[in-house]
Amino acid sequence: MKNRILSVLGGALAVAGITLVLGMSNGALASGGGHSPEKQSWSFAGPFGHYDKAQLQRGFQVFKEICSGCHSMKYVAFRNLAQPGGPELTEDEAKAIAAEYSVMDGPNADGEMFERPAKLSDRWPSPFPNDEAAKVANSGAVPPDFSLLAKARAPERGFPWFVFDIFTTYQENGPDYIYALLHGYHDEAPHGVEIPDGLYYNAYFVGGPAIAMAKPIDDGMVEYADGTEPTLENYSKDVAAFMMWAAEPSLNKRKKVGTAAILYLIVLAGLVYLAKRRVWSSVDH
Amino acid sequence: MSGHSTFQPKNRVVKWVEERLPIFSLMHGQFIAFPTPKNLNYWWTFGGILSVMLVVQIVTGIVLVMHYAPNTMVAFDSIEHIMRDVNWGWLLRYLHSNGASMFFIAVYIHIFRGLYYGSYKSPREILWILGVVIYLLMMATGFMGYVLPWGQMSFWGATVITNLFSAIPLVGETIVTWLWGGFSVDNPTLNRFFSLHYLLPFILAAVVGLHVWALHVVGQNNPAGVEPKSEKDTVPFTPFATLKDGFGIIAFLIFYSWFVFYLPNYLGHPDNYTLANPLKTPAHIVPEWYYLPFYAILRAIPDKLGGVIAMFAAILVLFFLPWLDTSKVRSTRYRPLYKQFFWVLVVVSVLLGWLGAKPAEGIYVILARICTVYYFAHFLVILPLLGLIEKPKPLPASISEAVLAKHKGGAGAASAAANAPETRG
Repeated sequence: MKNRILSVLGGALAVAGITLVLGMSNGALASGGGHSPEKQSWSFAGPFGHYDKAQLQRGFQVFKEICSGCHSMKYVAFRNLAQPGGPELTEDEAKAIAAEYSVMDGPNADGEMFERPAKLSDRWPSPFPNDEAAKVANSGAVPPDFSLLAKARAPERGFPWFVFDIFTTYQENGPDYIYALLHGYHDEAPHGVEIPDGLYYNAYFVGGPAIAMAKPIDDGMVEYADGTEPTLENYSKDVAAFMMWAAEPSLNKRKKVGTAAILYLIVLAGLVYLAKRRVWSSVDH
Repeated sequence: MSGHSTFQPKNRVVKWVEERLPIFSLMHGQFIAFPTPKNLNYWWTFGGILSVMLVVQIVTGIVLVMHYAPNTMVAFDSIEHIMRDVNWGWLLRYLHSNGASMFFIAVYIHIFRGLYYGSYKSPREILWILGVVIYLLMMATGFMGYVLPWGQMSFWGATVITNLFSAIPLVGETIVTWLWGGFSVDNPTLNRFFSLHYLLPFILAAVVGLHVWALHVVGQNNPAGVEPKSEKDTVPFTPFATLKDGFGIIAFLIFYSWFVFYLPNYLGHPDNYTLANPLKTPAHIVPEWYYLPFYAILRAIPDKLGGVIAMFAAILVLFFLPWLDTSKVRSTRYRPLYKQFFWVLVVVSVLLGWLGAKPAEGIYVILARICTVYYFAHFLVILPLLGLIEKPKPLPASISEAVLAKHKGGAGAASAAANAPETRG
């Protein structure tokens, strides 16, 4: 009898624990400030996903014509633009783009620093010489470097979503966030939200609701080379995809190799399991 | 140690070596002839899985060090160099960073398996204590490894955790300065953490050697919790355990690959892709997921020193487990009451982990306090009392009898179920 009472008590405690976890996570979601970005569909999502070359080229165009005016991208070299699994420009195209920029080199034999046109091996030149210069030019905030931003910004998913994410292999929080951010500007802040002078309201900004960047891009600002419709919708998707590539240039290879590795392991596991069963069949266990 | 070997060398070279150093009979005795209880289930494959993970971490780590630079000026850049420029560098780094998490997942399963089947009880106390030492070394190694990329979480995690030592009365501040090698987490800190992160795994490997040695002296525990009585209760390690462990290891590698290839950043923190900035504190500083239960305990105590003591006590209490559990029965199968409390402990531990990731405010603090009290009560109150009041089920006379009883029960319930691979596996 005593045993039964205790076991009921133990069970009740366990159930209470689980219920609490579930209950509280709802509370956490409700109070979680800012808007969480909606999921977009990306060509590089899921185990078989890969970058859309044309999309990366468009995203690069948006970056080059708009974003790169203020944002650096210091881990990406010109040669990366021609690498497999990226925008895959031809080597000549990448060389031509590099030649549009000049970089500081030296010292030469006379001990002088000199400027020269950029080469494939050079990293993307930064728009400001240092963080202080960037700050002064951008109302006190340094525009973050683009190289890793798509991995460095990933709003928390909360329970139970983070459990489902394991099965759906959801890793696109970054591009979803960037897309949302570019759509998060409104002319008027919602009632009761104070935005300091020189800052702007953004519904999705993680450090928000006030953001130092003015609405950076809108319909018609970039004329796509491939004739794609020049809309904010396309710009924000393309540039988010491009930033994901900049942050994770080996994604195509990773998923391809991964699928082969996992298939190999599954076959191997099956064979070892059959051998194991055969061997153990002689023993009652 | 080579007591189980029936090894007779035939090859002349082997014989020559064997007479001078009996390494072949040692290997034969430990990994071929070693008697293994025949009723081990798949929870027992995690020992082998952990050995594999240790090797994976050491091998990937050694290669990563060939490309990494432990200096605050370039550490973050050198990681990106590995990710972008080194051939297969992204794979090495993702294997290593996710490998740490896999190591901890496997060790937590291994520890809870020990708790469930009473693997810490006489004569396996030293085996258990060595296991807790390994766990402590893993925590230290993992913590220092997380600092090396020199991202925001690296820096602020190191700052928060090293600062804990300042709670020690009188000498606290001095200890922290000594740990840092300066007056804040900076280049000297990164250098020494790198040095120790490279050293500790080899010490860990040595303790693993002792752990395996102790295991091979006392023999493996088993799901029935009774010692093997005759040869009928055991099977030779090879091919029986090697094949079963082999299957377990490959299955675990599939799980590991899923994260490495499809979710490589799932278990990491996005802030660590931003270079460390001593002037900018992240909104929420969270340690790696595997420390979260202890982090929750730390923050549950309103006093700083008290929190630090509680956090360390939560691990230290495990050293005394063999003597805190007063029940003579090992396996939870025959302990109806302990079974309930075991699962409550599992739930409380998971809950503590979740609370460790939440901000220390409001309801979270209250829950963390309740869970902390329960965690300690489990070891210090429930376990000692339970052994006295619990009436265990009758133990089987031998492992063979336990196996027979299990099969009879299965056949009675449904013949189809008895043929299912899980019950036959």
